[in-house]
Amino acid sequence: MDKTSRRQALRLGAALGGSLGAAAQEPRSLGRPLSAYGERSRFVKPVRATRVTKTPEAGSSSTPLADTFGIVTPSALHYERHHAGVPDIDPATHRLTIHGLVERPLVLTMDEIRRLPSASRIHFLECGGNSGSEWAAENGPTVQRSYGLASCSDWTGVPLRLLLDEVGLKPGAAWLIAEGADACRMQRSVPIVKALDDAMLAYGQNGEPLRPEQGFPLRLLTPGWEGNVQVKWLRRLDVTDQPYMTRDETSKYSDLMPDGKARIFTLPLEAKSVVTFPSGGHTLAGAGLYEITGLAWSGRGRVERVEVTLDGGRTWVDAKLDEPRLRLAFTRFRMPWRWDGRAAAIASRCTDESGYVQPTRAELIEARGTNSGYHFNGIKLWKISPDGSVTNVHA
Amino acid sequence: MSTRSFVALAACAILQAQTKYGVGRPPSEAEIRALGATVAPSGAGLPEGSGTAAAGRELFARKCARCHGEKAGGDIGPALVGGQGTLATAKPIRTVGSFWPHATSVWNYVNRAMPFDKPGSLTHAEVYAAVALILHWNGIVSENQVLDAKTLPAVRMPNRDGFIPDPRPDVKRPGAPGK
Ligand code: HEC
Repeated sequence: MDKTSRRQALRLGAALGGSLGAAAQEPRSLGRPLSAYGERSRFVKPVRATRVTKTPEAGSSSTPLADTFGIVTPSALHYERHHAGVPDIDPATHRLTIHGLVERPLVLTMDEIRRLPSASRIHFLECGGNSGSEWAAENGPTVQRSYGLASCSDWTGVPLRLLLDEVGLKPGAAWLIAEGADACRMQRSVPIVKALDDAMLAYGQNGEPLRPEQGFPLRLLTPGWEGNVQVKWLRRLDVTDQPYMTRDETSKYSDLMPDGKARIFTLPLEAKSVVTFPSGGHTLAGAGLYEITGLAWSGRGRVERVEVTLDGGRTWVDAKLDEPRLRLAFTRFRMPWRWDGRAAAIASRCTDESGYVQPTRAELIEARGTNSGYHFNGIKLWKISPDGSVTNVHA
Repeated sequence: MSTRSFVALAACAILQAQTKYGVGRPPSEAEIRALGATVAPSGAGLPEGSGTAAAGRELFARKCARCHGEKAGGDIGPALVGGQGTLATAKPIRTVGSFWPHATSVWNYVNRAMPFDKPGSLTHAEVYAAVALILHWNGIVSENQVLDAKTLPAVRMPNRDGFIPDPRPDVKRPGAPGK
């Protein structure tokens, strides 16, 4: 239709009382133009949960696990744990120094680190204090509050082994003292066996440079181990013959037993899983079909199996696991479920490739008492009431 | 020295100087020192300087008490005293005095991380003095005991032998293969 005949048609439509136009659709306005940096939809609201303290630079915020899909945590929702705030580091001035029991001490710039052979791997990260509230009788009301100090990312960096070969370990080298560039110069001792195995110096996270909260521009990754040892804003690796017994491996992150002795260097995280839907705070809209889903992970390798119970642990059914199942990464499990509208008690339990089965809270307490504070990996039970509300209860 | 062993030595020196990828450069001793003190339980890494509890009182009142309480009983910051004899009870209190296994770790931590809102602002002598005071209030050193690079590692903490290696997996389940 050319311009003139179009105008005629419009005029005709108007003459006919607009009946041609009335059949048409509502006019639509244009969307936002292109943008240099994308934001999520204004209708998507999940955020990290923080606890208010008088020293917010030393604290944690947790991932809204129930609002994530698949196994990768959006970087902006990755849990945080800082001891002296998030430093604002210019990568152009950042240096990593490796010294101590080495033949050839090295200082490296970020540009130099990025010239070295690299790798990308998906790994979970979990705070050693995740689910710490579960040791107490009053446990976390939502999966975010009680299991959300765990996240999973696609990390890119240099295998640490490569750099240790580069500096040449001297006889007696047994530990690495890793130090961050945050205000408190956070420090942890790392056994050299892990450094020579799968540890990595990461500068990338989910396709972009690390987020500042995750250690920009460089962090240590010791896959499968408690988060605190994976020092962020890494500025120095001091190779030694002994651990330095730093504050965060003695005063904190050690597990106090009923006999008064504390376990130290309990670094690999044991197999753990949790149902993220339905979970505490959710309300089911009524009887009918739902997908039960959740996450499982283990610091001892791959997740082999996740079972789900609907009756508080009397009977268990295998859930379907998403493939590929990666070592030391989140594994997503799913199970379709037709809710009959009656009370139910839902939980998951996982088994890892070492054969270890996730224990109940009672079994953990039997082995460790209730004062260890850290490294809780017990089964988490959610109670579903006939009104559809979902609340937390202990398994 | 024979020519052959000289050649071998020289080759060895060249190998030592070479790295596979050749990125980075060796730091100078001064650069490593400038990274700051880092202290082993043996005392290795402790710098010069010294302090006593008596010398630490004024410092603590001025720079620590605001968060840890006048006598370090805890406030915004954790308690730094008390708790000895509670570790095996239902309500254990974990402090420097009751829980920390090494005095060197207290020095290492205070030097790098305290005061919380101004870390790195204390002189080495001030760190020795603050540590001496905390240890004194915990009944571990006397008011006038001088702590320095030699005496600090020799301080025996009450919970020195309180830490044990990781025995996990520790939950045995019927039907579970375990390890
Ligand atoms: C602005 C408040 C503040 C000030 C001032 C402060 N601290 Fe702290 N201190 C804290 C907080 C908060 C923590 C816990 C930090 C964390 O959890 O990472 C802490 C932790 C400590 C610990 C470790 C306790 C443990 O059992 O793990 C020691 C030791 C300590 N402070 C000593 C000092 C000394 C000595 C000074 C004075 C030179 C000082 N602090 C000044 C807030 C403060």
